[in-house]
Amino acid sequence: MTTTPRENGIAAGRLAGPVLQENFCDLHAPLDAHEAKVAADRCYFCHDAPCMTACPTSIDIPLFIRQISTGTAEAAAKTIFTQNILGGMCARVCPTETLCEEACVRNTAEGQPVEIGQLQRYATDRMLDRAHPFARAEETGFSVAVVGAGPAGLSAAHRLAMLGHQVVVFDARPKAGGLNEYGIAAYKSTDGFAQKEVAWLLEIGGIEVRNGQKLGDQITLDGLREDFDAVFLGMGLAGVNALGLGEDKSGVMNAVDFIAGLRQASDLGSVPVGRRVVVIGGGMTAIDAGVQAKLLGAEEVTIAYRRGQQAMAASEFEQDLAKASGVRILCNVAPVGVTGNGSLTGVTLAYTDTQNGKLVVTDETFTLPADQLFSAIGQSLSGAPEAVTLEGGKIKVDENGHTSAKGVWAGGDCATGGDDLTVTAVAEGRDAAMNIHTVLMGGK
Amino acid sequence: MADLTTTFLGITSPNPFWLASAPPTDKEYNVRRAFEAGWGGVVWKTLGTEGPPVVNVNGPRYGAIHGADRRLLGLNNIELITDRPLEVNLEEMTRVKKDYPDRALIASVMVPCEEKAWKDILPRIAETGCDGFELNFGCPHGMAERGMGSAVGQVPEYIEMVARWCKEATDLPVIVKLTPNITNILYPAEAAKRGGADAVSLINTINSITSVNLDSMAPEPTIDGKGTHGGYCGPAVKPIALNMVAEIARNPATHGLPISGIGGITTWRDAAEYMVLGAGNVQVCTAAMTYGFKVVQEMISGLSQWMDEKGYTKTSDFIGSAVPNVTDWQYLNLNYVAKARISQDDCIKCGRCYAACEDTSHQAISMSADRVFEVKDDECVACNLCVNVCPVENCITMEQVPAGQMDERTGKPVPADYGNWTTHPNNPMATAAE
Ligand SMILES: Cc1cc2nc3c(=O)[nH]c(=O)nc-3n(C[C@H](O)[C@H](O)[C@H](O)COP(=O)(O)OP(=O)(O)OC[C@H]3O[C@@H](n4cnc5c(N)ncnc54)[C@H](O)[C@@H]3O)c2cc1C
Ligand SMILES: Cc1cc2nc3c(=O)[nH]c(=O)nc-3n(C[C@H](O)[C@H](O)[C@H](O)COP(=O)(O)O)c2cc1C
Ligand code: SF4
Ligand code: SF4
Ligand code: SF4
Repeated sequence: MTTTPRENGIAAGRLAGPVLQENFCDLHAPLDAHEAKVAADRCYFCHDAPCMTACPTSIDIPLFIRQISTGTAEAAAKTIFTQNILGGMCARVCPTETLCEEACVRNTAEGQPVEIGQLQRYATDRMLDRAHPFARAEETGFSVAVVGAGPAGLSAAHRLAMLGHQVVVFDARPKAGGLNEYGIAAYKSTDGFAQKEVAWLLEIGGIEVRNGQKLGDQITLDGLREDFDAVFLGMGLAGVNALGLGEDKSGVMNAVDFIAGLRQASDLGSVPVGRRVVVIGGGMTAIDAGVQAKLLGAEEVTIAYRRGQQAMAASEFEQDLAKASGVRILCNVAPVGVTGNGSLTGVTLAYTDTQNGKLVVTDETFTLPADQLFSAIGQSLSGAPEAVTLEGGKIKVDENGHTSAKGVWAGGDCATGGDDLTVTAVAEGRDAAMNIHTVLMGGK
Repeated sequence: MADLTTTFLGITSPNPFWLASAPPTDKEYNVRRAFEAGWGGVVWKTLGTEGPPVVNVNGPRYGAIHGADRRLLGLNNIELITDRPLEVNLEEMTRVKKDYPDRALIASVMVPCEEKAWKDILPRIAETGCDGFELNFGCPHGMAERGMGSAVGQVPEYIEMVARWCKEATDLPVIVKLTPNITNILYPAEAAKRGGADAVSLINTINSITSVNLDSMAPEPTIDGKGTHGGYCGPAVKPIALNMVAEIARNPATHGLPISGIGGITTWRDAAEYMVLGAGNVQVCTAAMTYGFKVVQEMISGLSQWMDEKGYTKTSDFIGSAVPNVTDWQYLNLNYVAKARISQDDCIKCGRCYAACEDTSHQAISMSADRVFEVKDDECVACNLCVNVCPVENCITMEQVPAGQMDERTGKPVPADYGNWTTHPNNPMATAAE
């Protein structure tokens, strides 16, 4: 039985194995030694470099690029990891076009920034099959519980272990990595990179990861506070915002689950996808779901976003990527209904308008034929313990990452402040760890 | 359009660009192709005495210095003079000169420092129809160990003696090629003139070790675990050579002695700089070895465009034009005051000017929280460092403070009159003005 892209409904194996493999290979092929040298040569070694200021983890970019250009990529990697232990993943997933590379002075000079992300990958790739570069300080005798093995939790755990504390990381899911493992687009993190990176990070020692341990289920905050000297919550946003449309119909699902299924599939040819797919949303998740649906062989993919294009959370680069992959982006339309009897057959969209600064849905509608609908209208905090105060749907933290509950810190997507990005989660986890360390050592 | 025809020592070539004596001019095949590409002349790869020719190493003979993008900035070599039999070279030279009568063909020669050796070989070479001779007193490696090349070029008395022998042996023009591996270029230049040489050409290569292999602990290029100093050339040596050319051009004893300028010439602009400093023509080696013979086409078009723009119709219109402006430090006008100016429109906010001035110069650039860089006139000494480190050309410029206006740094108005060190009050040896 062979399926073709024109097969109606939802089906797996729309494209042949080799085509899928090609579609899902590295979005940006890694630089080879010559390319890295040429790219590194372009860096001006700026004073108080703007790129460094723009990096949420403040990696010393001019220094690491100079280290690459002088033939010491391993030293460059250490410069990166000192600030950002997930520098390898960040090199792959950071929207550099809105972070370091946007700030790069060569962007100002000739519209062509130094390829910082690619150079970061070049350096960090050279370190991952080498001995772990950091050693632990003498045991402090303190132990810290980390909830969530995503970027925030792993970053906090590594820093705490390095400072000499014993760390136990609890995660509800079967694998560590958080969205690095379950959420990031497949073509950004290829060849099982997320798991390799976790394994390498854990080589520092002093960290135990316990999977299948859900806060509020197998473990409780009270229990953790009792057993550990401090707790860090890095639980991300485990819930999804509901679209409130057609959830009873088959073919309607949320984008995060679709991506997680795709990321975990051992064979991309086994991942079912519709012939005509509609994605609702305007962020990175919407783009990733749309693009990956297209790469799996969906014939028509439309991203429908309710506001104007400038308001999209997805960067211009991400939008271009979608368009280049053949995904259509419709702006100023909102879903108002679905058609189909049991299975989805279409999505009805209405034009929107902004009146007095408020978005209103007009009466003018049209229906797109669709056999799959992904909702990507945001994730939400789920399972936060009652002891911590929330603000705007997130765990409220102060400038040290400390929550309202004594001895409990939080960071990453689940906490207030910062963008919901991998690199921000890493920075917040690291900084909370530093504060935990200060408090533990001072407060003995 | 400007006429690039240049006559040097009575030898006319369609342009002032000659290939220097080196691998590009080592054989008929190369020279024919060079002439086809447009080179005005060649100095044939140095000829030695008859008999078994010298041998070169069979391992690497070049080392290099690279800039960004692996641009070749400096090359070093341990090659010797031609390793092909004299007879073969002479036959080839004869054929080439016959086919390209309008191009200059100079024979470079290096034989032992004996009168008979020089006097025997020059007439023989002259039979090729070559236009003149260049005496290679420059080669700093290998040949020098055998008492030739720079071993002669470093002793003015030898230069004078050999030049005299050669002038006695031939009616053709004799050029003495100088080695830069000396402390004062004027001594060998004056000696050449005393010996009757018609011109000097400079520079030959500079003694150098370009790099060391940190694994094998040997200098590069390494031959079976050992290395030796080689001759340095290419863009990196241009400043050294330019100064030597200018010194000869402005020295009363050598002023007017024709000069063929050599050293790092890579573009038309480099060539023009040599010529305004007194070189009657130029010779090129590394640029051709890096980019091939075709580079001369840019040199030709660039020089003629510049000449047209400046209204020069022939090369003699500008040869030596900058010589009167080369002076001693003591005659520089100390009353001239300038300040750095940063064009905010061009600034890309890299902060390099700030780092340079703040860390290593005069703390004369301010940096605001939003990365606006400005010059503090009360601190700026106009040293030019910021101009040199700024990645954007002409983003920082030096602006003269007009006479009468306050110099914020000294708190005094800028004097209108010229005043140099010889009359400066701080100079204990100052001669009273007038
Ligand atoms: C589809 C998608 C694509 C994205 N693409 C990018 C991108 O390209 N670049 C980028 O910078 N960012 C991207 N992001 C955002 C980025 O992935 C997140 O900002 C980042 O992963 C946040 O890290 P975190 O550690 O806070 O949370 P997470 O990565 O979400 O990790 C949280 C961990 O906590 C665990 N957990 C949750 N609840 C509990 C509980 N009750 N008990 C125990 N464990 C729990 C989860 O299993 C998970 O392992 C993307 C997000 C999504 C959804
Ligand atoms: C490989 C090599 C061999 C050279 N051989 C000679 C030579 O035989 N005779 C000579 O007079 N100069 C020789 N030179 C010196 C060049 O003629 C020239 O003076 C020098 O390279 C500086 O010019 P450039 O900077 O344009 O290369 C040689 C240079 C190189 C690179
Ligand atoms: S801003 Fe660009 S040029 Fe400057 S240090 Fe950063 S990467 Fe290098
Ligand atoms: S000219 Fe020198 S002193 Fe003046 S601002 Fe530039 S670097 Fe500083
Ligand atoms: S070096 Fe030039 S571009 Fe850089 S900040 Fe200074 S003036 Fe601006």
